[in-house]
Amino acid sequence: MSTALLDVRDLVKEYPGTTAVAGVSFSVPPGICFGLLGPNGAGKTTTIEIMEGILPPTAGEVRYRDAPLGERFREEAGILFQKTALQDFLTVRQCIALFRGLYARGLDVETVIRMCALEKLAGRDARKLSGGQQQRLLLAIALVNDPAVLFLDEPTTGLDPQARRNFWELVQSIKAQRKTIILTTHYMEEAELLCDDIVIMDRGRIVAQGPPRRLLHEHFAEVLLELPRQDFPPQARSLPLHILEANDRIEITTDDLEGTLRTLLAAQVPLANLRIRPPNLEDLFLELTGTELRP
Amino acid sequence: MIRRLLSVLHARNLEFVRDRSALIFSLLLPVALVIGMSFVFGGPERPLFKVGILSASVNRDAAPFLREHYVQFVAVPQRDAALRELTHQQIDLLVELGPPQRYWVNTDSPKGYIVEKLLLAADPSAQRQPVSGAALRYVDWLFPGILGMNMMFSCLFGVGYVVLRYRKSGFLKRLHATPLSAFEFLSAQVLSRLLLILTVTAILYAGIGAVIGFHSVGSVPLLILLAVLGALSMIALGLTIAARFSSEELVGGLLNVLTWPMMLLSGIWFSLEGSPRWVQWVAHAFPLTHVLDAARAVMLDGAGLTQIAPHLLFLAVTALAFLAFGAWSFRWRIE
Repeated sequence: MSTALLDVRDLVKEYPGTTAVAGVSFSVPPGICFGLLGPNGAGKTTTIEIMEGILPPTAGEVRYRDAPLGERFREEAGILFQKTALQDFLTVRQCIALFRGLYARGLDVETVIRMCALEKLAGRDARKLSGGQQQRLLLAIALVNDPAVLFLDEPTTGLDPQARRNFWELVQSIKAQRKTIILTTHYMEEAELLCDDIVIMDRGRIVAQGPPRRLLHEHFAEVLLELPRQDFPPQARSLPLHILEANDRIEITTDDLEGTLRTLLAAQVPLANLRIRPPNLEDLFLELTGTELRP
Repeated sequence: MIRRLLSVLHARNLEFVRDRSALIFSLLLPVALVIGMSFVFGGPERPLFKVGILSASVNRDAAPFLREHYVQFVAVPQRDAALRELTHQQIDLLVELGPPQRYWVNTDSPKGYIVEKLLLAADPSAQRQPVSGAALRYVDWLFPGILGMNMMFSCLFGVGYVVLRYRKSGFLKRLHATPLSAFEFLSAQVLSRLLLILTVTAILYAGIGAVIGFHSVGSVPLLILLAVLGALSMIALGLTIAARFSSEELVGGLLNVLTWPMMLLSGIWFSLEGSPRWVQWVAHAFPLTHVLDAARAVMLDGAGLTQIAPHLLFLAVTALAFLAFGAWSFRWRIE
């Protein structure tokens, strides 16, 4: 018997002429925030929609509490889609009440309004909310059944930095209640801040899986040197260094900072614009796929 | 300005032409309308008089009177129903072929007076049975049709487009992620629209009754039952169209394909009595025909539950069948 809350087994989703998900398997233990990362078109949303029971897979299966997705899953799952429209002419409170009425168990409407800091907006027409406020309302709707598992599909895409940070705080407070969260994002900062375990997807396949710190430790030495591409002469590309080429910059990872700097100076690479920083998930994605996460 | 207008025009035309299903319907609908209109309004000139013959069919060689020109002879199997029509001057004469030949004439009807002369010229021995009764005003006959037409449009378009909008906006997809079933969602839509339609119909019934008055001798609770079943059947019919499609043009085309035949064949504006048997058969496939036949029977002739039971049964069965089909074929998201 599996101890995982969700088991994804050999998932395949094919559309005419394209394979969106090409044999993906992973498990999500209870009580963690699990991240599905990848660029646009990697298959994240398709994978999460199959996990949500919205989209049927071409092959493979998703199991919840060691059983196929069914009535119990629908009662216990909370979902925030990448894009959702609500019924017109309803206030924030009425929208939440509508969804509360669809579940046998859940939280009181006023409690959810408080949880998502919507008290001042409760009587407002839901169509007149800003992007950040709208996302808080959609999160409130996803929480209305007090879910055991919460799916967040790119919840902060399109939000301004302040609204994004506010949303992260909300998610962290939900995470503190030991709820299982499945998060898809292409913001690495978001994944690093919120996720305990991640899967990195590219072209419908998993290219790395594990806790973010462990993955970074496994793939990188201690520091990363970053140079503007125009400062890096073509002949320097043949230097005996671990060089990654991003769109507008060159990245070099090393555990011998002094030796690397000496090599660069000897090759007459200007270091005026050099940045030294620890590697992050964005670098990991570049390392694993050879492409940047956000083109 | 012209360049911007042309850009938008071009994009919209491309969108329309590439939506194949909608394009085909837009082209087929006018052709279907022309064919339908030619069947309903085509053929020879309308006769001057309408005479009911008490029999299952009319054989024009059975009596000299039946060979008269400009008289429409209509087979009427049931004497009671035919006498009601004669009393309301919906037919001008009722004849039972002999021997001896008998006929009923409404002494208050000018057309009855003339057509009686024609009958007696052809068969002077025919036995006269007089009845009397004022002509039913066209508005009395038309009123149930107007109520029914309003109900039909509200049922079909009101629900169909709402479900389509929900699907296109992604609201249905969000609902799909909850324990809500398709049958529950559709039932809620049906009941919501039913409540609206009953309210509007009640206001029209009372309002028009108060302003211009109309003839209604039947039971109001029976009319309410009829309105409920009729609206349920037509709302459910609208849902079968909106259950899976995502194109406004296609859904609009399909709804037009349903509404136009009902407008022409269900008896909103004129009676189909005397039209070809197959036209009447087609007409009785539509819920609106049953609503109007039953409503007129109750309002004009005072028919009771037993007399309109077949219509009520048809509406109840089709409501359940359409709703079941709608739930089965329902799509929460754009395919």
